[in-house]
Order: sequence, then C-alpha cells, then structure tokens
Amino acid sequence: MKNGKSSHLTLSSLIVIGILILGHLTAGNRELDTDTKKSQSPTESYNKVMAVLTHTRCMNCHPSGDVPRQGEDAHLHYFDVERGPEGQGLTGYTCNTCHQKENNNYSGVPGAPHWGLAPSSMAWEGKSETEIATQILDPERNGGKNLKEIEKHLTEDELVLWAWEPGVNAEGVLREIPPVSKQEFIVAVKEWIAAGAPIPSGQN
Amino acid sequence: MKVTFTINGESQSIEVTDGNSPLLWVIRDGLDLKGTKFGCGKAACGACTIHVDGEAIRSCSYPVKVAEGKNITTIEGLSENGILHPVQQAWKELVVPQCGYCQPGFIMATAAMLSEISNPSDEDIDKNIINVCRCATYYRMRKAIHRAAELTSNNS
Repeated sequence: MKNGKSSHLTLSSLIVIGILILGHLTAGNRELDTDTKKSQSPTESYNKVMAVLTHTRCMNCHPSGDVPRQGEDAHLHYFDVERGPEGQGLTGYTCNTCHQKENNNYSGVPGAPHWGLAPSSMAWEGKSETEIATQILDPERNGGKNLKEIEKHLTEDELVLWAWEPGVNAEGVLREIPPVSKQEFIVAVKEWIAAGAPIPSGQN
Repeated sequence: MKVTFTINGESQSIEVTDGNSPLLWVIRDGLDLKGTKFGCGKAACGACTIHVDGEAIRSCSYPVKVAEGKNITTIEGLSENGILHPVQQAWKELVVPQCGYCQPGFIMATAAMLSEISNPSDEDIDKNIINVCRCATYYRMRKAIHRAAELTSNNS
C-alpha cells in the first residue's frame, strides 16, 4: 500500500513536470513564430536590399566604365574585355564566348542565363546607396520598369539570383555570397516594394 | 547521357558520362579532332576557340551538354570543298605561325570576327582578338587579318 502511494505520487509528479516542460516549449515556439513573421520596417528592408546590391557579386557587372570587374577585389576583367554595344561584349568575342548559362566548376568560369553587363544607365560603381536606389527606381534609367517589374527582376531573374550560387573561381575556391540570405533578400525586396520603395533620408 | 550535334557538317551522337565535360575533351579525345588545342583550361588563352552556331566560344569551358542540337565548326571544318578559308589563306601566305600551337584558336577567332566586321581596323583587331600567343606572332597576325579581309572582299 505504501509502495503504491509512492508510485502514484511519482507518476503525478512526472505528469506535472511534463506539462510544465511542454508548456514552456510551446511558449518558446510561439515567440519564435512571432519573431519570424514580424514584418520589418521599410528601412530595415531597404538596408537588406542595399547590402546585397552593393556586394561584389552584383557590383562587378554594374561598372561605371566599359570594362566589367571580377573577383572579390573587383579588379578590371582580364583579357581587355569590354562592354560592347549591347553589354554583351564585342563582336569577335562576346560574354558567351566564355560564360554559359551555368557555372563551369571545371574551369571556374561563372555562368547564368543572359550573362552580361548592366547597361551604362545602371552603373552603380562609385555611387552611394541612395543614388543606386534612386537609379533603380527611375524608369528612365532602369529600362522602363515599374515597381512590380523591379520586384520581379530582383526576386526572379536567374542572373540576379546567381549571386547566391556563384560557384568556384579559377583556383577552385568558392566565391563569396552576399551578406543576406537569398530568402531574406526576396522577402526584403517584396516588403520594401510593398511599402512603396521608400529611400530613407539621412542615409548615405 | 547522349549528346547530339553537328560538327563540321556531320551529325554526331556521343555518349558521355558527365554532361559537364568540356566540349574540348569530346572533340579531341572522343572525335579525334586534334586541331583544337588545350591551352589554359580556364577560357583565358583562346587556344581552344571553335565556333558554335557561328559564334566563337572557348571549348575548354563549354559543357558538352550545352552543345546539344548545335552546329559546331572546328579548324578542321573551316575550309569548304578543299578550298582554304580566307583566314587560312592569309595565314599561309604571310607565314604567320611560329610554333603554331595557338594558331587554330586565332584563326577561328579571326574568322568569327570577319563574319561580323568585314574590314576591321587595327582597333577592331585589338579589341576583338584577345587570344594569347606565346611566340608573340601578333604583328604577323595583324597583317594576316587585314589580308584575310582583302581576300574575303575579293571573293565576294
């Protein structure tokens, strides 16, 4: 009888402890869900977008001159490569002479669909984030894109998204990726655009 | 996987274990066309230049799977009906090659340029022909490119 009572108490204690642990875990999950679903402010979204766009992976093909840049140090593209009339290189050798639709990890030559330079009107090199954002939003310079089209370009274009799958360089070393994850970037772009794509004042 | 393409006018179906194999390997080792050369393996020197659908490409960095259904021309297929291409004629006339290793790539790059720029200036040549020649036959090549443009013009 004494042993039975003791067992009953022990079982009750375990159930109570179990409920407490379960409750704690559930509360923790609720907090986590709230955190991840909480939408960010337009300025936070903007900052994430700009952190990506000003990364070397993007900047190298948005040069201010007529020569693309390459590598983590953004040196001028080797072999006297030039923009050419359409941003696709010159006649005798175009971007596609070396760059195909996907990375070539044997040679280290990067590739993605429609590999090429951004037009001169979208040159970002040497510009502030505010100037770059203004440029992106200006249909006169962005190829006539409205906000929805800008969002589509930034979140769906395979050449843009290549930044997170840049492959290896000629030495077989993985190229750097932007400081914000692809998923975070896509969310940030959508939220920034949904908020009307405001450019925060007082930023560089 | 099987890859099918036309090379120098002939249809070829090649079985490859890795579709990412450089087209250069398939051309040289699979089809035994040794005219196209391996230089750097990084699309830098141009020794492996061939034409795919009329455009110059660096075959060392061109996955064979991308060649599916395309029309390839190598140095062996540049002449037609036994008549040398004007670029080959000019190269021969001016005795351009020294060691010769890089020359097929230069000839293919030049032929691609002339198909778009029929009478190139020195600047056009400097900007479009960026292959590398260890023997530095660049001066003879420049002359030969101008001569090839003349020959092309005479032929047309």
